[in-house]
Amino acid sequence: MATRLPKVDCVLVGFGWTASILAHELTEAGLQVLALERGGFRDTVPDFSTTFIQDELRYAVRNGLFEEPERETLTFRNKTSETALPMRQLGSFRPASGAGGAGVHWNGQHWRFLPTDFLQRSHIEQRYGRKFIPDDMTIQDWGVTYEDLEPHFDAFEYLCGTSGRAGNLGGQKQDGGNPFEAARRRDYPNPPLKRGLAQVKFDEAAKAVGFHPFPCPASNTSRAYKNPLGVEMGACTYCGYCEWFGCGNFSKSSPQTTIFPVLIGKDGFEYRVRCEVTRVDLDASKTHATGVTYVDAQGREFEQPADLVILCAFPTHNVHLLLVSGIGKPYDPQANAGVTGRNYAYQITSSVDVFVDELVNPFMGAGALGQAVDDFNGDNFDHGPENFIGGGYLAAWTTGGRPILQSHVPDGTPTWGSGWKKAMADNYLKSLSIATHGSVMSYRDAYLDLDPTYRDVYGNPLLRLTFDYHDNEIRMSKFLTDKAEMIAKAMKPRAMHAKPRKAPYSIVPYQTTHNTGGAIMGTDPRTSVVNRYLQSWDVPNVFVMGASAFPQNAGYNPTGTVGALTYWAAEAIRKQYLAKPGPLMSKA
Amino acid sequence: MDVRTLATCAALGAVAACAGAAVPTPVPSESSHAAIARGRNLVRAGDCAACHTAEHGKPFAGGRAVPTPFGTIYSTNITPDDATGIGTWSADDFYRAMHEGIARDGHHLYPAFPYPWYTKVTRTDSDAIKAYLDTLAPVDEPPRENALPWPLTLRSGIAAWNAAFFHEGTYAYNAQKSAQWNEGAYLVEGLGHCGACHTPKNFAGAVKRRDALEGGYGENWYATSLANDVRDGIGAWTEQDIVDFLRRGANAHATAFGPMAEVVTHSTSHLTDTQLHAIAVYLKDSPPREASAASAPGRDVATHGAGLYLDDCAGCHMAQGEGLAGVFPALKGNGVVQANDAETLVHLILTGESAASTQANPNRFAMPAFDWKLSDQDIADVASYVRSAWGNSAAPVSAGTVKDVRAKVEHIVEQ
Repeated sequence: MATRLPKVDCVLVGFGWTASILAHELTEAGLQVLALERGGFRDTVPDFSTTFIQDELRYAVRNGLFEEPERETLTFRNKTSETALPMRQLGSFRPASGAGGAGVHWNGQHWRFLPTDFLQRSHIEQRYGRKFIPDDMTIQDWGVTYEDLEPHFDAFEYLCGTSGRAGNLGGQKQDGGNPFEAARRRDYPNPPLKRGLAQVKFDEAAKAVGFHPFPCPASNTSRAYKNPLGVEMGACTYCGYCEWFGCGNFSKSSPQTTIFPVLIGKDGFEYRVRCEVTRVDLDASKTHATGVTYVDAQGREFEQPADLVILCAFPTHNVHLLLVSGIGKPYDPQANAGVTGRNYAYQITSSVDVFVDELVNPFMGAGALGQAVDDFNGDNFDHGPENFIGGGYLAAWTTGGRPILQSHVPDGTPTWGSGWKKAMADNYLKSLSIATHGSVMSYRDAYLDLDPTYRDVYGNPLLRLTFDYHDNEIRMSKFLTDKAEMIAKAMKPRAMHAKPRKAPYSIVPYQTTHNTGGAIMGTDPRTSVVNRYLQSWDVPNVFVMGASAFPQNAGYNPTGTVGALTYWAAEAIRKQYLAKPGPLMSKA
Repeated sequence: MDVRTLATCAALGAVAACAGAAVPTPVPSESSHAAIARGRNLVRAGDCAACHTAEHGKPFAGGRAVPTPFGTIYSTNITPDDATGIGTWSADDFYRAMHEGIARDGHHLYPAFPYPWYTKVTRTDSDAIKAYLDTLAPVDEPPRENALPWPLTLRSGIAAWNAAFFHEGTYAYNAQKSAQWNEGAYLVEGLGHCGACHTPKNFAGAVKRRDALEGGYGENWYATSLANDVRDGIGAWTEQDIVDFLRRGANAHATAFGPMAEVVTHSTSHLTDTQLHAIAVYLKDSPPREASAASAPGRDVATHGAGLYLDDCAGCHMAQGEGLAGVFPALKGNGVVQANDAETLVHLILTGESAASTQANPNRFAMPAFDWKLSDQDIADVASYVRSAWGNSAAPVSAGTVKDVRAKVEHIVEQ
């Protein structure tokens, strides 16, 4: 029997980036806000202490900061004709657990999606015709435009102290920046990170083959920085331990380093850790949420009443909560009806390893230290002759030179023994990799629903993921990989080899934690779970944050866009919803 | 009566008539808003909440363990609860406690309650503090039994201690100095009780008055000298540096940590600009001490220490000890690093510490602990290195010193 607790104005499910931003914004609006986090509380000291956090075995190999699949997981299959099985180890993606969420372990690769990304269907139809879109591809427009989000992209970059160089200031192209980016109101708050040799070589080679390289936007601070909340950050030391690690010297943007100092202890804010929300509670009408039910570390069940419920968990968990709570009609791929779980998407990556004669010194790295080209992202090039939709960036990242997982040896090297040792010694300091980071469109047969067989520790059905790469994505990724090989060849390497991505999608090897969709946004309640303000169509006092709102996935890391959408939704809640609680868009 | 009023009185040559201590005043039944506001500010200045609030306890309800070299003393409930707090105390009773260290029922208070400093507080200010405390919600929180060995449990011993070491007396205005200087002196020597940590103490735990503010022990830390030595004091600090440190918890030279971070968070960051500038003017108006000789560490120690420094420290404090302005303190020219007594430096390396988080400087910067990875010899070497590198000058640290400090601080952690 759940214990009923005193009501709060707003309950946030999760305590990562989106919850931290909302907690700050909504407490500023005078609300009493409670964040419920399934993991523990974590802070820079002691949890990410420098010289302790740089432990590749503990954090990168043994998944120190992630959810435990023996406790919560999903089932997976490639096709509806298969029987899904539980994911018993983390593989292809790694959802975070604990305060700060994925904002703790991310690399800090901080991008804005392109204006055409937000108009995915209408733009393609306009430029290439309706028939260019395959029948089973269910892409759609977001319901927001780049122009709507620009102030919020800006707000999130200034919160984070993002380091980069503008390529387009108010419509004026800027030398040295990304010439394909959309207009931004002002430059990045900090200059780009210092480049390593990999970035210099990439820059030269990309220019030699006619592309337009630029420094990647990095939420690793290139210098000491004070953000608009008055919170200060240190300068990145290029220790090379960003991805899978928390930052020990306050220089990677995270809720801990940008918001917590002014949020924790603030009047009106409370967080509870090791509290797992199992259900959004609805009243008899099923159109109003009364709060949430959660279970704490002692296994006690609580009912937490709230006027406003905002889901801020990892995308797949947001969708799972909606499904088990009965919010939105579950998606049915046979009937192509229903919305919750629809349009799950992912990203497609590949790489080209390059072996050079100079010392690259990869151990001096940062999560978002990279040089990229955007010539083949979004609709920055003519897709007509290529006959696929989507794109991605190519980049030479130097995220680090960790000994276990981040070394490269030429093709044909033995996998053990003295031959392997010699190749490691010869190549560790003299190799780099060019990554491709591609979009994945949404399809009728890529979706999330509840598994008929397997259940979680609370007796709820597990989420079931049905997903495979489609021909469009495989061809697009090959196109990107070919371009990466062109750049690699221009470096005149002593050896190189491409690592293309092939179908079918496998959930075993790590690829990316950029899972999207399932609670997508839009302007039509028949094809979206939330409206353009991330508000549930069916239960207007429930909002759903995060990449679960993406109708399909673009060719960039998602965090910048997730942050912008959160500020966008926060503004709508503050200015519109709180004044008049109810639907912010009409269903008609 | 505040110091400004005192100053006016002094100027009129009427100190005796004005000084509240000399003339008991009737206690008004209802205190004015102005008195309550003044009292609230003074309660901040005295940092009363720091000791009179238990961890996770209700503010001012007492119960916090105050470690002393002689045992643990628990603070008392100073909310206006009749049974367990000071609800039945009159302003006279309260003033006697502040001024003489004697409780309402006549028993002597242990000098862990800083009446040797609070004795300088004027009667008017004492009344204002009581008026403010009376506005708090009463909390029913009975006092905890102190953990002291016999014969220290006998309160009569305190009378003897007082006879030997306690100097009762309201702050005496120094007409040779400015009103601002006097206000600073009144705060530093009175409610601020800075000397409770920053002044060396004798065998009986009483401060050595001749060595005021030259560095001392408090709560298992060595509190650095507040004298105007450039090397290990505040000689290089400007008046504004002192104001910044007390308001923000950090300035270009130093970051507050340990007990001082708490003092900044709960006390000095809430004082007025006028008060902070007055404190700075007073502190800057004292001569440096005599410089003590320092010898450099041997070459092997310096080399090993330098290597450890690059591996474990340089990420934040930078290769040349220059720190990162506003974020990580410089070790070059740092008073804590070069303090004659290295206990705080060693303690800091062992346990790490959090900086103050204030409204003007909300960051929650913290230094991690290194006790789990560095041996006594490692810590001695890296400490010796930073005490002699980049123009710093202080005596080397021995592994034995680190061993002793480690034993002490691990004992605290176990508690």
